[in-house]
Amino acid sequence: MNPGSSLLATLMPLPVLLPLLGAGATLVLSRRPTLQRALSVAVLTVVVVIAALLLVAAVQNGPIVVTVGSWPVPLGITLVADPLSALMLLTSMAVTLAVLVYAIGQGVYDRDESTPITIFHPTYLVLAAGVANAFLSGDLFNLYVGFEVLLMASYVLLTLGGTRSRVRAGVTYVVVNVVSSLVFLVGIALVYAAVGTLNLAQISTRMEAVPPGTALAIHLVLLTAFGIKAAVFPLSAWLPDSYPTAAAPVTAVFAGLLTKVGVYSIIRTEMLIFPDSEVTQTILLVAAGLTMLVGALGAIAQADIKRVLSFTLVSHIGYMIFGIALATPLGVAGAVFYVVHHITVQATLFCVVGLIEGVGGSTSVTRLGGLMRASPILAVLWFVPAINLGGIPPLSGFVGKLGLVQAGVVDGSAMAWVLVAVSVLTSLLTLYAVTKVWVLAFWRPADQIPVPEEPDPAADQDDDEDGADGADGDDGEDGERAARPSSGGLPGAPAPRTGTLTGVRPGTARTIAGAEANTGAEVDWPVARTAPADGVPLLSGRLLGAPGDRVSRRLPKVMAGATGALVALGLSLTVVAGPLYAVADQAADDLVARTPYIDAVFAQTVDDRVAR
Amino acid sequence: MTSPIALLALIGVLYATGVYLILERSLTRVLLGILVLGNATNVLVIVAGGRAGAPPLVGTAPDAAMSDALVQALVLTAIVITLGVTAFLLALIHRTWTLEREDDLTEDVEDRSVRRRLARGEQEDEEELDTTGCESTADTDPDDTESAPDPAPVTAGTGREGAP
Repeated sequence: MNPGSSLLATLMPLPVLLPLLGAGATLVLSRRPTLQRALSVAVLTVVVVIAALLLVAAVQNGPIVVTVGSWPVPLGITLVADPLSALMLLTSMAVTLAVLVYAIGQGVYDRDESTPITIFHPTYLVLAAGVANAFLSGDLFNLYVGFEVLLMASYVLLTLGGTRSRVRAGVTYVVVNVVSSLVFLVGIALVYAAVGTLNLAQISTRMEAVPPGTALAIHLVLLTAFGIKAAVFPLSAWLPDSYPTAAAPVTAVFAGLLTKVGVYSIIRTEMLIFPDSEVTQTILLVAAGLTMLVGALGAIAQADIKRVLSFTLVSHIGYMIFGIALATPLGVAGAVFYVVHHITVQATLFCVVGLIEGVGGSTSVTRLGGLMRASPILAVLWFVPAINLGGIPPLSGFVGKLGLVQAGVVDGSAMAWVLVAVSVLTSLLTLYAVTKVWVLAFWRPADQIPVPEEPDPAADQDDDEDGADGADGDDGEDGERAARPSSGGLPGAPAPRTGTLTGVRPGTARTIAGAEANTGAEVDWPVARTAPADGVPLLSGRLLGAPGDRVSRRLPKVMAGATGALVALGLSLTVVAGPLYAVADQAADDLVARTPYIDAVFAQTVDDRVAR
Repeated sequence: MTSPIALLALIGVLYATGVYLILERSLTRVLLGILVLGNATNVLVIVAGGRAGAPPLVGTAPDAAMSDALVQALVLTAIVITLGVTAFLLALIHRTWTLEREDDLTEDVEDRSVRRRLARGEQEDEEELDTTGCESTADTDPDDTESAPDPAPVTAGTGREGAP
């Protein structure tokens, strides 16, 4: 071994190890918040640097393999960084870091008592460790452990604060993910029973000897498990129900990473263990098409921006599955590029929604308006990733979609053509969904937000709560969910009672935005004080929704900065699209050929023996 | 590899029971279902390791006669993970109980508001009552009406204040 590769071998376990050690340290430091924050940021920064080094090395010299504890290969746990793993690791860790900074900004800005920041940092680092472990694992059971580590952390992050809506969403999320993990474990048992090993490289060589029927059964079990985690259509219903309730940074990092770990696992299983499986390729193509369409249509039906984005998240998983299902170098390269693009853009959008919530007081397009005038920076921050997601030409979303469409056309089968049509249609529908948000929340003047008197179906929702079916206990939450910031509301703020609020809201909106004579006397929260004297209308969304005295048209600097960095990262993907696509191509070639991965893993055994 | 029929039958029964339980609406039963499913899977992993043999201690028995120690290590890991998840889920269920005084999984609020809005949009011309809108959608989701008579409105007011 040359010194360079031994250095890399030393670095390999660090993306898993450092965040775990950091988690312990931040837990100890829970009484020193500043130190805690600095440590978390430092740990993730180091991990990003390591991931970048690994990527460069993997692209130049092929997969890097480390066997933990120097056990000979089939016995020990193997860590493998091939171009795919390293690329995933770098992207996800960069996004994780940016979202961490955003979260710190939000914690400082909100001084939110109901979100225990002390728990946040250790859990967040554990999540990062789990993600890194899943990406680097060269062993099926270690992949399972990686999943469990990141899921365990995600359970805690999703239910931070333990509010009503989060607990409700948390139960669904936990149960669904536990079941999917059990299915995964069943898959592991079947694999072990069939081939007697859990090392991915060894499985792939031995699986060829397994009878096709058995192999297909195992394949489908694994695919089901990963399909749930990746939120592929028939198994995706849990996602839009659970993600939107979490705090903005949590949703952002979930949306960016968790489903992508599932997609990564699907790529690995499809390409490495079960290549050339006609049946599942057809299944995946159908699932991809349905995921795209159902997700996009769901996004259009929603009024809450977080839910719109959750549905687009599901929808765009379909693109990656499309690329994987084609199983050609072109298709897989498209999928890999799309994963990178999508991790970035989706996390960015959820961060922006957090800012919208902070500025506008709501995330529902029925209650927002005039945001562009109120905060042009916010408008830019939303607009760029939104059209990127929709696939407008110069941006990376377009490049990824173009790559996939090309791969579909080259493939040329009837199914592939259908999928090409569906993906273009989905792109349009996505554009429609995000543009709807843009038009309603940003372009619409604040004084045009519908009030209950108007026969607007969207606004009628408020009447509903006072109306006959208001007797249904949970209905009152409609108003409450939107009225409170999802982080739980300020301590001491007047509890928003639906009965009075629905009466107050329209009046308040008019007071400020419409300049009526009403002085806002019935407004019982401090926001009325801050109505500006310079005649600039305040955001009615904020006035309508959130009780609190932090009303400010200025964006919180750190949060906006972190979001800006993410937007810039998204844009830089466009700038470096050429080299990045080359890396994706190489990753795809390696994946389709399979031999670089397998050879690298088995070569390790020889190296070790020589070393001894 | 010969498969022990008794264990396979046990696995089958456990899976059937577990699936039945997690399809319940009561959270405690869902939790029990997860426990049963977890155990079924653990037994499956053990069975995947082949026949039971001599203790896997080098030197005490010929290699071929030993049990496979790997699956037992895997199952140990899985058991620990299930334990952690169970503890967390129990905490969540307890939290649900303190907040809502009920053990059933409630429906997503936004889902219903979207559905109601759509129903309303369709019925705008007919000028029907709100309740009709809810009942007409009840076909697709019977639980909507089922949960209506619960005493939630009374307790919800206090429970909703969030964390103390």
